[in-house]
Order: sequence, then C-alpha cells, then structure tokens
Amino acid sequence: MGKTLAEKILSEKSGTDAKAGDIVIAKVDLSFVQDTTGPLTVRTFQSSSMTELANPDRTVLFIDHAAPSPSSALSNDHILLRDFSRQSGCILSEAGDGVCHQIVAEAYARPGDVVVGADSHTVTAGGLGTFATGMGSSDVAVAFGLGKTWFRVPETFKINVTGDFQKGVSAKDLILHLIGKIGADGATYKALEFHGSAIEKMSMSERFTIANMAVEAGAKVGLFASDETTKKYLEAEGRGKDFQPLAADADALYEKTININVTELEPTVSKPHTVDNTAPARELKGTKIQQVVIGTCTNGRLEDLAVAAGILKGKKRAPSVRLIIAPASRRVLLDAIEAGYIKDFVEAGAIILPPGCGPCLGLHQGALGDGESCLSTANRNFEGRMGNPKSFIYLGSPATAAASALTGEITDPREVM
Amino acid sequence: MLKGKAHKFGDSISTDHIIPGRYAHLRSNLPELARHVLEDADTAFASKVKPGDFVVGGSNFGLGSSREHAPLVIKMAGVSAILAKSVARIFFRNAINLGLPVLICDTDKIDDGDELEVDLAAGTVKNLTNGAGFTFGKIPDVMLNILDEGGLIPYIQKHGDFKL
Repeated sequence: MGKTLAEKILSEKSGTDAKAGDIVIAKVDLSFVQDTTGPLTVRTFQSSSMTELANPDRTVLFIDHAAPSPSSALSNDHILLRDFSRQSGCILSEAGDGVCHQIVAEAYARPGDVVVGADSHTVTAGGLGTFATGMGSSDVAVAFGLGKTWFRVPETFKINVTGDFQKGVSAKDLILHLIGKIGADGATYKALEFHGSAIEKMSMSERFTIANMAVEAGAKVGLFASDETTKKYLEAEGRGKDFQPLAADADALYEKTININVTELEPTVSKPHTVDNTAPARELKGTKIQQVVIGTCTNGRLEDLAVAAGILKGKKRAPSVRLIIAPASRRVLLDAIEAGYIKDFVEAGAIILPPGCGPCLGLHQGALGDGESCLSTANRNFEGRMGNPKSFIYLGSPATAAASALTGEITDPREVM
Repeated sequence: MLKGKAHKFGDSISTDHIIPGRYAHLRSNLPELARHVLEDADTAFASKVKPGDFVVGGSNFGLGSSREHAPLVIKMAGVSAILAKSVARIFFRNAINLGLPVLICDTDKIDDGDELEVDLAAGTVKNLTNGAGFTFGKIPDVMLNILDEGGLIPYIQKHGDFKL
C-alpha cells in the first residue's frame, strides 16, 4: 500500500515505515516560537534539564504578534527573547520583519521537512509540502533541546479540487467553503491533503492561504505536493537548493475523499463567532461594518494586496470604515511599495501597519469597540478574538474585504469589479 | 480518586474564551493572567471555582490557538481534570504536557454544579448528584506516560528522551 504525504514525511523523519495511527518519534528540522508563546517556551526550556539547543541555526524566535510593542510588559517579553537568542545562538526575527509563518515560508521551510512552531498557524508551511504543525510551549521547548518530537501519524482526508475560479473568487473562498462544509472539528487529528487540477494551477501564495486555515477544521497539517510551482517559488526566494519533488503515492490510503468544483464557488464569508459558520457574501449584503483588515498570515502576501489594490485604486473607503492594511512581511511591504499598491491604499484612505500580525488577535492596532463589526482576511473570528467579546468578526477574501471597505457593508466583490 | 464540582460550558469553547489575546501582556505574570481564566465564557468562573473542581465542556473544547497558557490558567485555578465530548488537538496535548488530565466522555450526563467523582485508573466518572455512571475514552499510552510523570518536562527530566 502506498503512502500519503504525511506518512511519507513522517516515515523519512522517523526512520520507520510509518502508517496512519502509528506513534513515531520524528526529527524536527525547524522549531520556532513567537512573542506571545516564546517567553513561556524559553522559561520552560530554562527550567528543564536541557541546556543547549539541538540546532541553534534551525531555531527561530519571532517578534511579530506585538510588534512594535504596545506595552512595557510585552517589551520586557521581547527583551527576554533577545537575551535568549544571544545566549543560545538561535535566530531572532525582529519587530517589523513580519509574521512568523510568512518568514518561515520565505526563508526556512523545505519540502519534506518537519516543522513545529508555538503557534497554531504553523500549518501554513504545508503549502510547500512541509509537515508543519502548531504545538504548545512545552512541546516546542523539548523540540528546541532534543531536535525531535513525537507524533501520532494522522489519517488523511483527500481534498480533490477541480474547475476554474470565477472572477472575484479565490483560494480564501475555497478554504472557508471547505471548513463550512466539514465543520470546525471536521478534521480533528487528521491531515488534509490537497489534490486536483485547480490545486495544480494554484500559486504558492494561494496554497499558503489554504494550508494556513487547515487548523480551523481541526487538522494537524494541510499538505500540498511539492511540484514545479514550489520549485519556482523557492528559486525566486534564492533557495533553489531546498527544493525536492514530493507527492503522495497513487495508491495511498485515504480516510475519505471530498470533491469540490470551484467553478460553482461564490465569494464566501464566515460569520461570527465560528469559522464554519459560512454564507455566500451576497446573502450578507446590508451588514454594516466599521473596520476592514487586509493582511495577516492568511492573506497578507503581495498577491492579496494586488487584488485589494485593484479594487481600491482611485476610490475612497466608505467614511464609516477604518481600513487597515498589514503586509505579512518586510519583503511583501517593499514589493507592495514598488508595485504602487501602498500609494493606492493610502489614497483610498487606508491605515498602513508595519509587517506583523496587526489587530488579528486583539492585542493592539485595531481592537474593536462594543457592538462593532469587522470584515477581516484573517483566519479566526472567535468571540473576543479582536480584543472585545462584544464585537463581531466576519472573515473573507481580500477581494471581499476591499469591496466591503468601499461600501461600508459586507459586499460581494463581483458587484464592484 | 478525584472529587469536585462540575462547571459546565457549551460547545466550541476556544482558547480565546479561556484566555483572550487581549491579556497577552500578562503572560509573564501568570498569577495575574490566571484571574481571567475562562472570562469570556463565564465572567464569574474565576471567583467561584474551587480546588479539585472539574471544567466540563461540550464538543471541540479548546479549539484555536497553541497558547499553553490556556490549560495552564485552568490548572492554576485548581481544576483537577477537564471533561469534554471532544477536544481540539493542540489543547489536548498541551493539557497533558502540563499534567492536567483531559477525559473524553458524554458530558450531556453532567449539569452545572453536579458533584463528580473521577477514577483516573479505572476510567470511570460517577455523577454523585444524579447517580449517572459512565466511562471515559482511553488516553493514548504515550500521553498517559507523560501524564503519569506529571507532564512533559518532568517526563524528559526523568527519561532524558522520548520512550515509546
């Protein structure tokens, strides 16, 4: 019997013939934390019997969630991370460099790697064919010290995606649709593996958007084959040597197959307060919003900003809406400046945030007021997520977000394109 | 044998309900952070929970973030175990890594305020209030070994490595 991508990678990294359901100890190729989970990880590591990092040059501390810091307490957490980086020899990614998942994709993750991060959206790197998953501070502290961790090899759902996206519809709509279909716990403990003609045609940016949200269906990983698109992406990042082709075996065993034809897909929105509470954007016409966020690890890449700029260029945001743009990394910001998108956004009345997580997790840079609603391109709309349990978060694509910023209400982007 | 009162919550209690991101500035001040435990699900929880009590959820308990602070503040409140119909993957692993048992069982048989008795070794729950008795799903051996040592760090301290 052949192997799924998860079985292939975990077999290689554990030196066993790994099959779904097995417990394996796997080598970890990259482990990382961010500034809200990192301090606990560092303290846990320091309080343990472990003294040295297994792989300092494959251990990264990211300052991205509270960057730059909004408070002295968080600034002190940043000092702790900087000190640990100096003492241990690991890599520090500073405030302003960007969101951990974007930088892991740009600079670190390789097809076939095992990556563990103290952040649930570590799954993003699955777009490169990387077995990347989120863990807590204790697990990552142990990965720091031992360079390995244990996994239960997940069963896999094959997501077979065919057809062609219609104008105004994108990868974000696909993943929201899938989560709406299977539920926020529909893939708990499972791997999602994406196949089909629509997936083969997708850019890396779109693959990252989909992989990023695998955890919102409960999945351990969201995996894509490593193909020519992957190769070209890595070459463009100056990492051509990191490429290796990787695909599931044709006779791999899947727990189930889910077929989606994207030709029929519409712009889709998740309503408060769960990601699986989805509806077509057109059905939410008339829902007033006070804030729009375009960015984050889900949709803060250049392609996302290009789509938004295409809709916003030469127009003005609705006076009732705060329009917030948060590029996912310094590279994305530079490229967006170069392409003229930042000028388009500023002229449209947007606020440009430094590269980082922005207001996604309610820490700063756009917390919501009582009774306010936000349309965000992020990945999570839980009660209280954006700093206020009395507010409402809707999730959508960059096109839906940009269109809604123009009208002040949730808007199907096809109406303004 | 664990004995205490049930604090009942509904389905889909997220890590943002348990410890919201807006308190990230308190994550290096754990006693202060713990005062906000489960605040967005029940503002009174922190003041009424007693050592030994149980947090009882519905399906997909602990979905969301990887923040280990979520099970940590529940443990700091003195909770002896979490009972739920199902639990999100990262939260489950984090709780066990902290030595906090998570028991998968039919929590429809438990109401808020019920007195429960849990036998971890036998795998049974007895509802002393309504007389219902039931079992919980077996915790995988690898996690049970970690739980038995009081968590992942004590486990690694003792064994120096993962032992399957």
